[in-house]
Amino acid sequence: MIEIKLEKRPLPSRIEAFTYSVISVVFALAVSGAILKVYGVDPVSAYGIIVFHVFGSLPGISETIVKLIPLTLCGVGLTVAFRARLWNIGAEGQLLLGAIAATGVALFSGDLPSYVLIPLMFLAGFLAGALWGAIPALLKAVLNVNEVIVTTMMNYIAIELVRYLIYGPWRGAKEWGYPITDEIPDAAKLICIPGTRIHIATLAIAVASVILIYILITRTTFGFELRVVGGNPEAAKYAGVSYLKIVLLSMIISGGLAGLAGTGEIAGIHYRLRYPESISMGYGFTAIIVAWLARLNPLLVLVTSIFFGGLLVGGYVMKIMLGLPVAMVNIFNGSTLMSLLLCELLLQYKIKFIVKRREMH
Amino acid sequence: MSWQVYLGDLLYSMIRAGTPLLLGTLGEIYAERAGVLNLGVEGMVIVGAVTGYVVTLSTGNPWLGVLAAAISGGALSLIHAFLSITLRANQVVSGLALTMLGLGLSSIIGRIFIGIPLPSSITPIEIPILSKVPIIGQALFSHDPLVYFSMLLAPIMWFVLYKTRIGIKIRAVGENPAAADAAGINVYMIRYICVFIGGLLSGLAGAYLSESYTPAWIENLTAGTGWIIVGLTIFALWNPIRAMLGSYLFGGVRVLQFRLQPLGISPNLLAMLPYISTIVVLLIGVKETLRKRIGAPSALGVPYVREERE
Repeated sequence: MIEIKLEKRPLPSRIEAFTYSVISVVFALAVSGAILKVYGVDPVSAYGIIVFHVFGSLPGISETIVKLIPLTLCGVGLTVAFRARLWNIGAEGQLLLGAIAATGVALFSGDLPSYVLIPLMFLAGFLAGALWGAIPALLKAVLNVNEVIVTTMMNYIAIELVRYLIYGPWRGAKEWGYPITDEIPDAAKLICIPGTRIHIATLAIAVASVILIYILITRTTFGFELRVVGGNPEAAKYAGVSYLKIVLLSMIISGGLAGLAGTGEIAGIHYRLRYPESISMGYGFTAIIVAWLARLNPLLVLVTSIFFGGLLVGGYVMKIMLGLPVAMVNIFNGSTLMSLLLCELLLQYKIKFIVKRREMH
Repeated sequence: MSWQVYLGDLLYSMIRAGTPLLLGTLGEIYAERAGVLNLGVEGMVIVGAVTGYVVTLSTGNPWLGVLAAAISGGALSLIHAFLSITLRANQVVSGLALTMLGLGLSSIIGRIFIGIPLPSSITPIEIPILSKVPIIGQALFSHDPLVYFSMLLAPIMWFVLYKTRIGIKIRAVGENPAAADAAGINVYMIRYICVFIGGLLSGLAGAYLSESYTPAWIENLTAGTGWIIVGLTIFALWNPIRAMLGSYLFGGVRVLQFRLQPLGISPNLLAMLPYISTIVVLLIGVKETLRKRIGAPSALGVPYVREERE
C-alpha cells in the first residue's frame, strides 16, 4: 500500500511561487492538449496557430487588449472579495447589471453632452453592479447565507433580466424584430483607438483601479481589516472589526468594478444591449481564475488578464481556424484552477509517498 | 378536465420535474454529511446528461446510458475527492474548477449530437392496480423507473444515515473526524465513498434530464440544476426525507413556470422563478437551522489532517 503524507514546509519564495504558477498553466495546456488530440487535432500545431494569431498579429493583439479590459476590472474586484474569503462567483451577473444600467442611462436620459452622459453611465454601471454584489453580501453578513449559491443564482437572474429587456420593454423600435435595443446615441459612445475596438477610457479606468485597489489593500486600514476578516472572521469580531462593514464594502467594490466592465462593453463595443452571451464571453467566470493565478495580487491581475484575454481570443481562433468549440476555453480554465490548487499544495507541504508493506504473521 | 385529474396531473408533473433535483440532493447530502462540500454538482450533472445521451444514441439502450452517466459523474467526483480529501485543497475552489471542467467537457462531447433524437428514451411504467387509484395513481404510480428509484432511495438513504452503524460513522466523520478516527473509523475512506455516491447520483440526475425529462441534448441543458441542488441540500437540513419535500416543491416551481406562460407573463421573467426560489429556500433553510439548532455538519469544508501517533 502506498500512503501519501503531507508535511508542512517553510514559506515559499516568490520565485518558487511564480514557477508553480507557470507549471499550473503548462499542466492545463497539457490536459487541453490531450483533449485536442482525442478530437483529432494535433495540439502542438493548434497551439502554434493560436499563439501566432493571438500574439503575432495586430488584430490579435488589439483584440487581446479588448478582452483584457473587462477581465482586469472583474479580476481586480475579485481580489478584494477573495481576500475577505468571500467567494463571489457573481462577477458575470454584476457585469451584466452594469451593462443594463449603462444602456438605460444612454437610451433614456435625453440629449446630454458626452462629458456628462459618459460619466453618468459609468456611475450607473458601478452602482448597479455594486447593488448586485451587495445583496449576497448582506445575506452573508446578517444571516450567514452561503454566498457561493446566492451569487451564482444572481448570475442566472441577471441573464434572464437582460433577455427580458431585449425581448420586452427595451426591444428596439428600429431593429425589425431582432432581440436587441436601439443603438445608444453617439454622445454615449466611447472613443476607440482607430482601427481597433480598444476603448481607451475603460482601459484607463481598469489600469487606475488596479493601482487604487493595490493601494487600498496594502496601505489602508481597510486593507488590514480585510486581511483580518479573511484570516479569521470570528477573531475579527473580537478585534472590533465590523464584519458587516467589511463584507458589504468588499462586495460593493467587487460588484461595482464588474459593473464598470459592463458599462465599457456597452459604451465601447456593442452600443446596445443584446444577448447576454454576446455582451460577456464569460468574463466574470474567467476573472475568477485571473484573480487566483495572480495570487490575489491586484498588480499581477494585469499580467494574468493579458494571458486569459489572449486565451479568449485563442478560443475564437480555434473556432474559426480549426472548427473547435469555444468550450475548450472552459476546459482549460477548469484544469488551470485544479493544477493551481495542486501547486498551492506543493508550496505549503512536502509530499511524501510511503510504501507500506503488510507485515507477515 | 375534472379537478381530480387536474390535481393528479399537477402532482405528477411536480414529481417529474423534482426528480433530478432529488437524486442530486440525496448525493450531495451524503457528501456533506461526511464533511466534504462539493460545488462541482453542476459539472457532474451536465457530464452525466451528455454521457447518458451519447451512450444511449450509440448503443440504442437507454439503461446503458443511465449506467454510463452514473459512472461518469462518479469519476468526476473522484477528482474532487482526491484534491479535497487526500490533498486537502480548498473545497470551494476545487468544486468550482470541477464545474468549469464539466461544462467544457459536456459541450465538447455533445457538440456533434445536438438535435439528434434518441432512438429510445426511458418510458413510464404504470404500476398495475395502484396506478388506477384516483389522483394518487396518476401522481405517484405512472412514472418511469428512475422516478420510482429516487422515491425509494430517499427513505433508504434516510434509514441508513440515522438508523445504521454506517450512518453513525458517516455522521461522525462529518461532525468530528478526529474523534471518529480515534474510534477506529477510516475517515478518508468514508469521505471518499460519500463523495463518490454524490457523483453517481449527480450523474443519474443528468441522465434523467437528457434521457427522460427533456429528452434531448442541448448545450447548457442543466441551466443551473446543480446549483439548485447545492441550495436544496441546505434547505433539506442534510436530511434525505426533507430533500424529497424540497425537490418536489421545486418541481412545483418549474411546473408553475410553464403553466403561467399562457397567461402572457414574459417567459424570461418566469425563468427567474427557480433561481429566486433557491435564494428564498436558502433563507428558510438558514432560519430553520437557527430555530431547530441543527447546523451544517461541523467539519463541513474542513480537510482532515491525521495527527501523528507514535
